[in-house]
Amino acid sequence: MGKIEVRNLTKIYGNNVEKALQMLRNGCDNQEIRENTKQVVGVREATFSVEQGECFVIMGLSGSGKSTLLRCINRLIKATDGEIVIDGEDVNKVSSRRLEVLRQEKIAMVFQRFALLPHRNILDNIAYGLEVQGEPRPIRYEKAFQALELVGLKGWEDSYPGNLSGGMQQRVGIARALATDPDILLMDEPFSALDPLIRQDMQDELLAIQQKLQKTILFVTHDLDEALKVGDRIALMKDARIVQIGSPEEILLSPASDYVARFVENVNRSRALTASAVMVKPRAVAHPKDGPLTALTFMEKHGLSTIFVTDRAGHLQGYVQAEDASALVEAGIRELDGIINPEVPTAAPDTMLSDLLDTLAYTKVPLAVVDDQGRLKGVLVRGSVIAGLAGERRGSHE
Amino acid sequence: MNSIPRLPLARWTDDLINYLQGHWGASTQAFSDQMESLIKGLQQLLISIPPELFIIVIALLAWWLAGRKMAIFSVIGLFFIYNVKLWEVTMETLSMVIAAVLLCAVVGIPLGILSAKNLTAHRIIAPVLDFMQTLPAFVYLLPAIPFFGLGVVPGVLTTIIFAMPPVIRLTDLGLRQVPEELIELGRSFGSTFFQMLFKIELPLARATILAGINQCIMLSLSMVVIAAMIGAKGLGGVVWRAIQTLKFGMGFEAGVAIVVIAIILDRITQNLGKSK
Repeated sequence: MGKIEVRNLTKIYGNNVEKALQMLRNGCDNQEIRENTKQVVGVREATFSVEQGECFVIMGLSGSGKSTLLRCINRLIKATDGEIVIDGEDVNKVSSRRLEVLRQEKIAMVFQRFALLPHRNILDNIAYGLEVQGEPRPIRYEKAFQALELVGLKGWEDSYPGNLSGGMQQRVGIARALATDPDILLMDEPFSALDPLIRQDMQDELLAIQQKLQKTILFVTHDLDEALKVGDRIALMKDARIVQIGSPEEILLSPASDYVARFVENVNRSRALTASAVMVKPRAVAHPKDGPLTALTFMEKHGLSTIFVTDRAGHLQGYVQAEDASALVEAGIRELDGIINPEVPTAAPDTMLSDLLDTLAYTKVPLAVVDDQGRLKGVLVRGSVIAGLAGERRGSHE
Repeated sequence: MNSIPRLPLARWTDDLINYLQGHWGASTQAFSDQMESLIKGLQQLLISIPPELFIIVIALLAWWLAGRKMAIFSVIGLFFIYNVKLWEVTMETLSMVIAAVLLCAVVGIPLGILSAKNLTAHRIIAPVLDFMQTLPAFVYLLPAIPFFGLGVVPGVLTTIIFAMPPVIRLTDLGLRQVPEELIELGRSFGSTFFQMLFKIELPLARATILAGINQCIMLSLSMVVIAAMIGAKGLGGVVWRAIQTLKFGMGFEAGVAIVVIAIILDRITQNLGKSK
C-alpha cells in the first residue's frame, strides 16, 4: 500500500456533472462530453500510487490536467469522483476541519509563481504554516530558521520577497513548505518561472534536500528533461488522462503510445539513460585458462579486435588484443595470462550516459559495464550508445 | 397612457416615514442624543488642542506622508484658517468628518468583506450602493430631520449614507484582487476563514481599502458642508449664512478654508496606503 493511493480520480468542471460523469464512464471522449453537456473534463479516471519517499512526477503539456490532478490531492480542487487515500484516509471524504488539519500537518505545497506574501519578511513567510498551526512565536521562528538554513538563505530572514531574485524566492517557497515538516510535498511547476541555469541549480538542490529528508513528492512539470532528472517515476498526461506511468527509462525506451514517443523524441537522452540501458551483451568472453587460439577464433568469428577476459564467476580480468593473441600463437604459448591487459575503462550499470561520453570518445577499447562485485555485465560500444541517444528501441539496431 | 392611475410613490414614502417616525421616533431620538454627545465630545477635544500644537502635528504628519512641500502648505493653510478666525468652525467640521469616516469604516469594511465573500450579499449590496450614491442628497437630508432633529447628528448620518459606498466598494474590490495563487497558498496550508482574512486578504487589500477611505474622507467633507442646511454648523454653516445674508467675502473665506482642509486630508490619506 503506497503513501498516496489515487483510484479513478475524475474531475469534471461545470454545474451539472452527473450526466457528464455517466458519459465518461460509458467511454465517451472529452469532446463528446463537452458538446453534449457543456461540462469540461479536467482529469479522467487517474489511478496511481505513490510510495513513501518517492518523487512522482506528473507531466504533460498545458491543459493536460496535471495541475488539476495535483490540486485534487489536497482538495484545493474537489474531485468529482474517485478516491485519494493518504495513509488510509480518503481526502475527498474527510470533514472540512479534518482537511484543515491534514493541510496544516501533512501536505504542503510549492507554487509556480512562488506565492510569497509581499507584506511579510522572509522569516515570517517561511513561518506562515507554523503560524496557522498555532505554534508560539519562539518555536515558530526556530523551525523557520532551520528551514531557511536548509535552503541556503541564511542572512536573508529580514528581507522582503520583492528584494529577492526568482530563484531565491522559490527557495523561500520550498523552505515554507518544509518548515511544517509535512510528509508530502506538492510541487506545481516549481521551477518553470526560473531561468534555465537557475532551474538546473534548483533541481540539483531539490534532489539534495530529498536525499536528506526523503519526503513523498508529487512534482508537476511540462519539461521532460526536468521530469527525467527529478522523477523516480513519471506519469505522462494527455487530454486529462494518464497515458503512461513508468520510470524515466521506461518512458524513454518503451513509450506506450505514439504520443509519448513523439514527446520523448527531442529530449536529452544522455541525462536520462544509464549505461545498463544501452549496453550490449558481451558477445565473446574468454577465460584466462583458454588458449590464445580459442580467443583468436572467438574474435575472428565475431569480427572483433579485442576480447574481454573474465574468470569463471564472471569477474572482469581485463582484455586481450587480437595481435597479441596471434603473436602468442606463433610463439607456441598456451596461456593467455601474459597478455591480459587489466586497464579496461569501466562504468557502473547506473552511470548516466552523459558522464560516459568523454570516455567513450577517446577509448580504443569498448567500455566494460561491471557491477559492484566486479562482474562483467555488458559492453558499451559506440554504435549502441549512438543508437540509444538517437532514440531507437533496444534491440532494433542489430 | 393617461388611463393608468398615477403611482402614489410620494404618498407611500410619506406614509412610511410617518409610520417609522411614530413607532421608532423615540429610539432614533435616543440614538441621536448618544451620537450627539459623542460628536460634541470629539469637537471639544479638537478645540481644546492649542492651534500651534495642532499645526505642528499636522505639518509633521504631512512631511512624513506627503513630503516637505505638503508640510509647508499645511502650515500656511492652517495658519490662514486661524488668522481669519475660522479655527473653531473648522474643528467642528473636522470632528464631523472624523466621526462620519470612523462610522463608515466600522460599518463599511465588514460590509465590503461580506460582499466579497458572499455572492448573494454582493447582489444585494451593489444596487443599494448605486442607489445611495446617485440619489440626490437633499432627498434624504430632509427626512432625517423628523428622526434625528436639526443639528450635527442628521448631518453626520446623511454624510455616512453619502460617503460609505466607496469604502464598501473598494474593500470588496481589494479582496477580489488578491492573487489566486496567494488564496491557494492560504488554503493549502490549512488556514481558517479568519486566518485567511487577517493574515492574507486584508493585508493585501490594504492599499485599495485605504484608497476607499481616502475617497470617503473627501466625500464626507463635501457632504458635511451641504449638511449645514439642516443645522450641522461648521464651515458649511458659515457658507450657508454667507449665502443667506449675501456676504460674499465671508463665504469666500470659508470656501478657501474648506479647500485647504480638503487638500491636507487628501494628500495625507492618499499616501497612507503607499508608505510601508
